[in-house]
Amino acid sequence: MNNDQLLVKIEKIVIQGVSDEQWLPIINSVDLHLNRGEVLGLIGESGAGKSTLGLAAMGFARDGCRISSGTVKFDGIDLISADAQTKRSLLGSRIAYVAQSAAASFNPAHKIINQHTEAPIQHGVSGRSESEKDAIELYHRLRLPTPDEIGFRYPHQVSGGQLQRAMTAMAMSCRPDLIIFDEPTTALDVTTQIEVLAAIRDIVKQFNTAAIYITHDLAVVAQMADRIKVLLKGDEVEESDTDSMLKNPQKDYTKSLWAVRSFTREEKPLASKEEMPVVRVRNVTAAYAKIPVLHNVSFDIHASRTVAVVGESGSGKSTVARCITGLLKPSEGAIEFDGVPLPADYRQRTVEQLKQAQMIYQMADTALNPRKRIREIIGRPVEFYLGLRGRKKEERVRELLDQIELDPDKFIDRLPSELSGGQKQRIGIARALAADPKFIICDEVTSALDQLVAEGILKLLARLQDSLGLAYMFITHDLATVRAISDEVVVMKDGRVVEAGGKTEMFTPPHHEYTSLLLSSVPEMDPNWLTELLEQRGVDNIGDAAIDRMNQA
Amino acid sequence: MKAVVLIILNRLALGVVTLFAVSVLIFAAVNMLPGDFAQAILGQGATEEAIEAIREDLGLNKNAIVRYTDWLGGILKGDFGVSFAQANFSSFAGEDTSKGGIGSVAAQLEPRFKNTLFLAGVAAIIAVPLSLILGIMAALYRNSIFDRFVNISTLSSISSPEFFLAYVLILFLAVLNPILPSLSNIYAEMTFPDRLHKTLLPALTLTLVVMAHMMRMTRAAIINLLASPYIEMARLKGLKPARVIIFHALPNALAPIINVIALNLAYLVTGVVVVEVVFVYPGIGQLFVDSVKIRDIPVVQACCLVFAAAYILLNLTADIFSILSNPRLRHPK
Repeated sequence: MNNDQLLVKIEKIVIQGVSDEQWLPIINSVDLHLNRGEVLGLIGESGAGKSTLGLAAMGFARDGCRISSGTVKFDGIDLISADAQTKRSLLGSRIAYVAQSAAASFNPAHKIINQHTEAPIQHGVSGRSESEKDAIELYHRLRLPTPDEIGFRYPHQVSGGQLQRAMTAMAMSCRPDLIIFDEPTTALDVTTQIEVLAAIRDIVKQFNTAAIYITHDLAVVAQMADRIKVLLKGDEVEESDTDSMLKNPQKDYTKSLWAVRSFTREEKPLASKEEMPVVRVRNVTAAYAKIPVLHNVSFDIHASRTVAVVGESGSGKSTVARCITGLLKPSEGAIEFDGVPLPADYRQRTVEQLKQAQMIYQMADTALNPRKRIREIIGRPVEFYLGLRGRKKEERVRELLDQIELDPDKFIDRLPSELSGGQKQRIGIARALAADPKFIICDEVTSALDQLVAEGILKLLARLQDSLGLAYMFITHDLATVRAISDEVVVMKDGRVVEAGGKTEMFTPPHHEYTSLLLSSVPEMDPNWLTELLEQRGVDNIGDAAIDRMNQA
Repeated sequence: MKAVVLIILNRLALGVVTLFAVSVLIFAAVNMLPGDFAQAILGQGATEEAIEAIREDLGLNKNAIVRYTDWLGGILKGDFGVSFAQANFSSFAGEDTSKGGIGSVAAQLEPRFKNTLFLAGVAAIIAVPLSLILGIMAALYRNSIFDRFVNISTLSSISSPEFFLAYVLILFLAVLNPILPSLSNIYAEMTFPDRLHKTLLPALTLTLVVMAHMMRMTRAAIINLLASPYIEMARLKGLKPARVIIFHALPNALAPIINVIALNLAYLVTGVVVVEVVFVYPGIGQLFVDSVKIRDIPVVQACCLVFAAAYILLNLTADIFSILSNPRLRHPK
């Protein structure tokens, strides 16, 4: 390694976070080095300390955290011992940060371009007009639509993917030597993500900026990084260049991360036409207030089958679920259950009808009442739907806990706060099962979970389906999950069903144009995937641009 | 912008409805007060007939609903009625009371109300910027000695009774160091500097009373935002802490601050009775108290209505400003 090129050197850094008035380690003695113009990928599951380490490279610790020992050197300057003013003079001008959610990290009170020019003006790098010109130039380079005027809008007037690119432009405003990208595409839809990835990769190369790219998505990091470092609970697992890391991971933990994507279920044959579906969504059109969200949506869900409803945010996936459960009254069309039309409003449905369709939610955290013990959380629907009380109710609750692979003796008296994310989601599943339903709606149930944990949940759902003959409607935007567990796929866009069919059929060409865009936008582990895709489709035929083109056609 | 105008018109209409409801409440409440005007001026030795005659004269023997509609009808025409206490005097002076002579409620109210507004205005001009600045600085240097000092002193001033604060100020600024007059008996012919000089002490007292609320809301609203991602972003841009707070946190904290300011301004208009009495300031509060004492119902009702209108108007203004401080409403997609 050429030492002249060294930009960041972190040695034996220990970072602690305060929890219940105790300082606990978040990062245990990790080293990190980064050369000029190099991109380092930091990966790990939630709680691995990726963001904390990334921020430490800026000499910054969040409130409630502290760097307790070790050194951080940026271009020879010791950031730990540097005074606040020295650090401020580096931040924004020589080291910049791109946050996970651009929508939350842009100040809603100011125009985008005023936030862009703030760093150059405050650091005395350039004047307002000069820096505005540069901003527009950067918007051009990042292929933002209407680059000459987009900066003069407020953040809420710009879409998420565009904001994320504007934030990358903002990070570039002083032409820093180093940019920390903290999960910049995690909150985006796949088709938007690819556009942002392409833009980031491009601009980092153009200006030879060094970057630390933090993510939990292996396929994404494979596209972006020259080198990858894997973290687990604040410890470094291993580090090597991207190619060898992907092809030949050394440590078991890394291998297990790589292996997650291999879980798939056999696709069951399509149910015959004559068979009565459990749930039939028939020509449903629905609107929130006067804004139409669903247009003539129809599909069937059969017993023991999983129908994945796929689409990007705003496509109407969750609205279909709200119509099925009776939370939203369709303006036209109907929901049929075992061939019998259900009343549109859940208040008019019988307990028996309500019992048949249950839901599992995305955020197990907020879907469980934090003040109730597991016994009550699961016991309540047991009592309400099945009328069991006393000993019988207790037995049923224990049986359900067994079914979701949690030891009843250990868990029945716990509060949700005493459970891990995956365990909470299992309780969510048990609560849905408690009603003894035929049909369960799973609304993005794995998207808030780490991959290994998510896999456990998917396996559990599969096993329950096999033993209980459940029908699932699986709402997700993650095509890897779809591939893993669905039997049939319904692709939605702008409140319409674009394409529907069996899984194998859906994943083999020819596709509907939108399905093909969606499928091709899912990052793959191959480091050349993005490059090849851009060559195939062209830079102007991905993401929003491609969708616009489709809408015009 | 069209949406904002609609919201504002909507709020204005609601304000009018509220005012109407309040007028009913005021009328009912005032009429439930024990005792009446005739009894009050004639004293204990009055004969039944004399009391009845005066009641007849003032229309007090009419049905409550008739009196209410008369009263409301008058207000809609801008006539607040005739003060009972002044009625004898003006008819003696041969004046036509229905046209806003000295006997009319409006004529009594107007100079007093102007004085109150003047006092409230002076207090607001001192208190609002001062509490904003102190609040911002407390947020900037949170948990420092300065922060604690400001918190403790404003909280102790809001916790002390107003008359006590007034006497403390009189002691230090009028008695021990005779800088300001302890009596604020202003009158119409005074020059502006004179007026200001006389008003300063009650205004300072009121400043102490309202500051804590506004200052602490400013501090809390700003600190509440400091954990937001955009504040972290601003810090990571290497901006100075003062700029982070003033440019990035404050604009987003405005809505709650504006609401608290409006409430306190309303208090300055309506809640100043004690301070006015201590400083013998001829404001609406004193008039109100005096009128209640002698059961001068038209004046009491008019005062209440003015207070209610001030509250409603100030809260309405606060609503409008909070709406305007939100860029999502100012610049819809």
